[in-house]
Amino acid sequence: MEENLREKEILNPDNWFKDHGDYLFRYALVRLRNKGIAEDMVQETLLAGLKGKEQFKGQASERTWLVGILKHKLMDYFRKSSRESPVTDFISSEESPEDFFDRNGKWKVKPGAWGSDPADVLENKEFWKTFKECMGELPGRLADVFSLREFEGLKAEEIRNLMGLSTTNLNVLLYRARMRLARCLDTNWFEKNQKEPQK
Amino acid sequence: MITCEEATRLMSESLDRKLPIGKRIGLRMHLLMCRLCPRFWRQLLLLKNASDLYKKGMEENTSISLSADIREKIKNLFATDSEKKDSIA
Repeated sequence: MEENLREKEILNPDNWFKDHGDYLFRYALVRLRNKGIAEDMVQETLLAGLKGKEQFKGQASERTWLVGILKHKLMDYFRKSSRESPVTDFISSEESPEDFFDRNGKWKVKPGAWGSDPADVLENKEFWKTFKECMGELPGRLADVFSLREFEGLKAEEIRNLMGLSTTNLNVLLYRARMRLARCLDTNWFEKNQKEPQK
Repeated sequence: MITCEEATRLMSESLDRKLPIGKRIGLRMHLLMCRLCPRFWRQLLLLKNASDLYKKGMEENTSISLSADIREKIKNLFATDSEKKDSIA
């Protein structure tokens, strides 16, 4: 009986939109940062769901099932996009945050102190705007690995296999992404919003 | 003694895997001696925490939704898809 109800529900695309469409979109958007691609992913996910609906056995919730399909699509997307241009080209062409250090490996641009309890800022709406802008400024390659690591929560090894990266290259990409994000938040948030001047 | 640049690389790496003992000790020593690197370590920890909250906030932000255009498009695709199936059946 309950199976039947589930079955009916899943056959009804109107319910999919209402119940899960926007969620799937936001799930894809935070990981991809691009509305158009996120929309394509949702479309592909729902169509794949429709085609494969016989495989839905009702052990997981409908949403979990759809998110599972979306995850596969996202991983395919990241796998393909990583094949398009060699990462080594990117690493050598990109201006590197190693410029934050002088020849002796000492800080050239000093990292800010970020106040006594920087976690306070996490309550601040304006902070999230800055965070989003800083994410937006990352070059795509850096944003992708950062997203897979910190948003999707993949392990380093999983990202290496997915993107075909060596340990060294993944370390470099994550390092640069974090350096840039920290620097961007430093400049655009903490320096502006800290009342006491930093030493 | 490792440099600040090396220390920042190790800090980042330590977020992704357990550092081998030698590197871990080198990094700890550096963090004890250095004034600026502990700041960067706190920045990295906040960044990690913030990233998780950002993701959750985005996923739950109901003001972000599919556009009317794409909604219509997917609906039409669904309609033709189920028609095809019906006619085969």
